[in-house]
Amino acid sequence: MLGQLPILSAITFLPALGSVAVLLLCALMRDEDRAVADRNAKGIALFVTLVVFIFSIILLAAFDRHNADFQFVENVPWLPQLGINYKLGVDGLSVLFVVLTAFLMPICVLSSWNLDRRVADYMAAFLLLETLIIGVFCALDMILFYIFFEGSLIPMFLIIGVWGGQNRIYAAFKFFLYTFLGSVLMLAVMIVMYAQAGTTDIEALLATEFAPDLQIWLWLAFFASFAVKMPMWPVHTWLPDAHVQAPTAGSVILAGILLKLGGYGFLRFSIPMFPHASDYFAPMVFALSIIAIVVTSVIAFRQTDIKKLIAYSSVAHMGLVTMGIFTMTDVGMQGAIFQMISHGIISGALFLCVGVIYDRFHTREIAFYGGLVHRMPVFAALFGLFAMANVGLPGTSGFIGEIMTMTGAFQVDPRIAAGAALGVIFSAVYMLTAYRKVVFGKITNRRLETATDLNAREWINLGVLSAPVLYFGFFSTPITDTTRASVDNLISHYQSSLPVKAELPAETAPTEHVAP
Amino acid sequence: MAYIVVFAPLLAAMIAGLLQKQISDRTAQIITTGATITSTLCSIALFFDVIVGGNARTYELVEWMAVGGFEIAWAIRLDTLSAIMLVVITSVSSLVHVYSWGYMSHDPHRARFFAYLSLFTFTMLSLVTADNFVQMFFGWEGVGLASYLLIGFWYDKESANAAAIKAFVTNRVGDFGLVLGIMAIYVVFGTLQFDEVFMLIPQHAETTLNIFGMEFLALELIAFLLFVGAMGKSAQFFLHVWLPDAMEGPTPVSALIHAATMVTAGVFLVCRAHGIFELAPNASAFITMIGAVTAIYAATVGLAQNDIKRVIAYSTCSQLGYMFFAAGLGLYSAAMFHLFTHAFFKALLFLGAGSVIHSLHGEQDMRNMGGIYRVLPVTWIMMIIGALSLTGVGIPLMGIGFAGFYSKDMIIEEAFMMGRDGLPFGMFAFWIGMIAAGLTSFYSWRLIFMTFHGVHRGAPEVLSHIHKNGPVMLIPLTVLAVGAVFAGAAFKSDFVGKKALVFWGESLPAGPYAEGYYGHNVDYGDSRTDDHGQGAHADTPVTDDHGDTYESERHGHHHPPIWVLFSPFVATLLGFVCSWFFYVANPALPGRIAAANGPLHRFLSNKWYFDELYDAIFVRPTRWLGDLFWKFGDQKIIDGLGPNGVAATVLASARRIARLQNGYLYHYAFVMLIGVFGLILWLISGAGV
Repeated sequence: MLGQLPILSAITFLPALGSVAVLLLCALMRDEDRAVADRNAKGIALFVTLVVFIFSIILLAAFDRHNADFQFVENVPWLPQLGINYKLGVDGLSVLFVVLTAFLMPICVLSSWNLDRRVADYMAAFLLLETLIIGVFCALDMILFYIFFEGSLIPMFLIIGVWGGQNRIYAAFKFFLYTFLGSVLMLAVMIVMYAQAGTTDIEALLATEFAPDLQIWLWLAFFASFAVKMPMWPVHTWLPDAHVQAPTAGSVILAGILLKLGGYGFLRFSIPMFPHASDYFAPMVFALSIIAIVVTSVIAFRQTDIKKLIAYSSVAHMGLVTMGIFTMTDVGMQGAIFQMISHGIISGALFLCVGVIYDRFHTREIAFYGGLVHRMPVFAALFGLFAMANVGLPGTSGFIGEIMTMTGAFQVDPRIAAGAALGVIFSAVYMLTAYRKVVFGKITNRRLETATDLNAREWINLGVLSAPVLYFGFFSTPITDTTRASVDNLISHYQSSLPVKAELPAETAPTEHVAP
Repeated sequence: MAYIVVFAPLLAAMIAGLLQKQISDRTAQIITTGATITSTLCSIALFFDVIVGGNARTYELVEWMAVGGFEIAWAIRLDTLSAIMLVVITSVSSLVHVYSWGYMSHDPHRARFFAYLSLFTFTMLSLVTADNFVQMFFGWEGVGLASYLLIGFWYDKESANAAAIKAFVTNRVGDFGLVLGIMAIYVVFGTLQFDEVFMLIPQHAETTLNIFGMEFLALELIAFLLFVGAMGKSAQFFLHVWLPDAMEGPTPVSALIHAATMVTAGVFLVCRAHGIFELAPNASAFITMIGAVTAIYAATVGLAQNDIKRVIAYSTCSQLGYMFFAAGLGLYSAAMFHLFTHAFFKALLFLGAGSVIHSLHGEQDMRNMGGIYRVLPVTWIMMIIGALSLTGVGIPLMGIGFAGFYSKDMIIEEAFMMGRDGLPFGMFAFWIGMIAAGLTSFYSWRLIFMTFHGVHRGAPEVLSHIHKNGPVMLIPLTVLAVGAVFAGAAFKSDFVGKKALVFWGESLPAGPYAEGYYGHNVDYGDSRTDDHGQGAHADTPVTDDHGDTYESERHGHHHPPIWVLFSPFVATLLGFVCSWFFYVANPALPGRIAAANGPLHRFLSNKWYFDELYDAIFVRPTRWLGDLFWKFGDQKIIDGLGPNGVAATVLASARRIARLQNGYLYHYAFVMLIGVFGLILWLISGAGV
């Protein structure tokens, strides 16, 4: 039944409609009714995001997890002269990201409830952002993908630039320039691909075989875009600045979803479309991933700004994702997707935790805090849970992603796994040290005496986020079963297009691992 | 029933932890203690069911991870090995729960404390009942978490927080090895399920892994990596630094986690994976070496500590060393036996120390104690029993003694036998084991003498206001004391004696000594077949080809020379005499030695300078590297050349370009000319191609 309804379009564009509604409402209201308008804007935003979330759950329920093909496909001619269609669809690789986005958005709206500056615009920007991000995951046409992918920059740019911290302009431009530079190259290459294949349809492109030499260039251009988004070392420096300056909800979306666009891009474009190049560049990706994991973990240890610390830790965790993806093993890739979902929730929750104390004391300096557990025990407990999840403690979802990606890496080369495991040690060091400095000890700062524990809204936000962290930590199969068919398909497609490398699956030939 | 054993503590922990505000401290105490005691009763029943009834079994609960061949399920595995651990864990845990009613009675956060204790019990139980390596790792990290939470329980104390982090991070260093070991197992065997892995071991005896251009025997590598994990958890040399600091936690915690249960997880791991270690002679030799070094290292440091808990902590470290060198020499059942007896007497010593500390209002420095045996008579007797058991007092040849006598002397003697058979580090371990036994005796009696005898050296008002401990604290001591006296005698024949083969079943090799007591000739016809059935023993020097030599050698094999039997006894006696000489006969002498602060004393009391060393080679360089990567790498190089550099360049060139727009016509004309020239050139070249 759902096959006939354009559910993907509904999920994608409902937020945009909400955005328009918010702006219209705001324009129609008189200035003296500003307060009412703001309240209505928040109400609309919350309602719309919740409806989208419910739709996404329906989508997930109707999703056939044994089918590796695209599902719920909608195909409408758009620019028929150029053969460009409006085509949407999801498969196992993307459906969970749609749900993740829809899941995090209401939480973002709730966490921004106390905003007092240009509320309607803010909500409109978030709703627009949701449309664009979900669009990226649903798009099955390269040009459509590009429009959504690029478009998502704009609301994020505005969110940082308008509602950010003191140094927001610098951060916003840095964010924009970095990501834009990457995507310009991607656009250029998309045109080349169109010229080669004569279509922009992703499904058709997946079946196209590009010449191995050309693949190298195409891969590099995509890589430029996705690596910045991930972000991979050494193009990661925009992230700490962006996070530090962004408002809490902005950080949640940035860390929770926008970073995943890069990983999704690798899975959707780089690996299936350019298998030769992926194989060729895999060692480089591993090297960059390991550097990212180790170096940024060590850097995180030295941060005095708690948001920066979490931002650097995000870079390290994304290193695990790129590492897992390029292992081209089922464990590694599934682990990478799992890690993206899990990190989306955990890092989002950590930024919300920071938001909780930032709202109270307006500083992110770790040194300012100390002894919060005396005044905010519930906060301390939840923050502790997410900190432990970030460290990758078994029983939380953070562990599953880590162990799977590292196992995949070990199958390729034990040295990679060893490097990643080194980062896991450091993650404990920086996270626990920061946690101790903020939460434990005696209250030495007088201003902290007045701290109040979580209010109902914060409680809901963090409580809702803690559920999947724990649930998927103990039962990971709901996620991996959803992605299995598509990942297996991706790997077999990848293996078959590399005829030269007769690599046997790990189970049958586990003994020989020649270092690349 | 198995479900109750494992999940009752979890449920109690959740109730006590999540509903702290809603329920009273007393309710939380009742729930957690009740759950743990229930769990204890069930595990005792299971113990008999598994061992006497022979019902080893595994319950699979639900899938945890399943991706391709990477399939891991939550399970409860019951065999002899896990049944023993279940009994040890739950019984010590219950006693500690009860004891904490008294010990923590003044603490405002009792509900949280009991929730953590029960959480620990659950994770430890899930560790030992795992049927695959990953669930074991879950328990492994889970106990690490509980340990972290409990060491840092008094979160106001900076030192406690630092110790908690130190413990967690040091364990993570060990886990680095463990997790790589687990992944190596998956890559080599294609599964992580215990039974499947152990079944495939013989096939992979020759398998190699290539790392850094070198070929490693896979089993050796795996064994080594797993042992690195064990080193972290069990505080073996190099990774031992966290255990003494962990004494910042409340004393019941030290008794439960840092003496009886968690720290023995490493020994459990080695025993559980004994099939791998048996075929990894080099890794086993390494274990023997590290175990022996730890035994002697911790014993020497224990001589010069003044904090009553730290002495016992180093003693734990040292005893774990014994267990490991036993395991390294292939004496797995002896290691488990020592683990079993050690749990009783070490928990007893810790709880006794806690009783002293509680009575003296938190005083932990033995220099401020002395002469309190009159006011704490029960504790005094209990501590003496603990010390007698720890030092392994007993009469050689007659086989009568305290629990530690059976297990420790057995390890020392068997190390001699193994060394005589030519196992690497066997003799080394024997001598070290003997010397460490002497040192153990010295520091144990030093502890007793300094704490209970002589004159009171602390403030006089402390003695007059002494806090009397109620039965809630003394009953657990008594129960443990019974264990410390009789556990050895009662279970010797099961663990390492006549009945060992039946007792262990499939779960552990009974060991070369299982044929009978020393000097007894017993029929071991069926034992031999069983021995062979379990696959190759790295520790048995002869194979089944020469059955006769095997048999005849085995006869002579288990007569350690008389002097070997007596040597630990003599060492212990010597330690006692020295201790008596220093701390009873000449009590001023140690003070003078300490005051002289000779290099040896300084070296020992500073724990061989390990903390300073690690600070210099790990902590400070990491900080420095962090700053380097951040301030130089990220900010100077990447940002400097990247965005900021580009921005600066753009800005500069924009200024330069702006300067061009100066209004002079000939500038424009010149530029136009060049432009046109370039255009034509391009056209020509384009047409020419």
